[in-house]
Amino acid sequence: MDRPTEDRADAMFHALADRTRRDILRRVLAGEHSVSALAASYDMSFAAVQKHVAVLERAGLLTKRRRGREQLASGDVEAVRSVSSMLAELEHLWRGRIDRMDTFLEEH
Amino acid sequence: MPVTDVTTDTDHRSITITAEFAAPVERVWELYADPRQLEQVFGPPSHPATFVDHELAEGRTSKYYMTGPEGEKYAGLWDITGVDAGRSFTFEDRFADAETWSPAEGMPVSRNTYAFEEVDGGTRATFTSVYETAEGLQQVLDMGVEEGATESINQIDAFLAA
Repeated sequence: MDRPTEDRADAMFHALADRTRRDILRRVLAGEHSVSALAASYDMSFAAVQKHVAVLERAGLLTKRRRGREQLASGDVEAVRSVSSMLAELEHLWRGRIDRMDTFLEEH
Repeated sequence: MPVTDVTTDTDHRSITITAEFAAPVERVWELYADPRQLEQVFGPPSHPATFVDHELAEGRTSKYYMTGPEGEKYAGLWDITGVDAGRSFTFEDRFADAETWSPAEGMPVSRNTYAFEEVDGGTRATFTSVYETAEGLQQVLDMGVEEGATESINQIDAFLAA
């Protein structure tokens, strides 16, 4: 790996090493959230949540835009997951579903 | 393991799963035709499904929702686009508003084909899902993925594989 890639990996690992940041990332991957709405979800100050958002932004995991006085954050799906890893996860979900079907058909 | 084959296509964001069940085709079809049976196997244990409306007939719309561990509801619609009774059906799966059941604007759609054939007295089922966008795939996963460390590890895996 070259230096910029290593730097980016460092930033990403650092960003994901914190439980609150992982939680924020999950929320913004599901849809755009304002930073103030995010802050309301955690037992910490607005400034602290804003710092977490900034760390995620520097790691390239979320993007921010302004709408009037609000800052809106959304997760960068492409940065976080490649399509192939998502399909692998989907396979895992399907395997679970098929196992349940198999068991259900045996029992009924 | 009843899963016999998995084929993924990253260019088209599609997945095809082949599975074999030790039950006749009519029995497996019934599992999909009966909402009370379907909801018992559809959602992962962390997100059980409830089918409010469901009839396997072309032109019908099924309504379902999944309930997450914190009581959050994810609603969806199946627009049934074709039925060959006892053999196969096709449908479009989309997100919906859990209150009004109106399709969520600008939200992803997946096109699905579920087909069943007899093999030695059992059933071979082929499930194909095609997702329009990576975001759509992401949202589907967000409903069914166990929260916590696995996700972070997957994200890191994905990054290292990119």
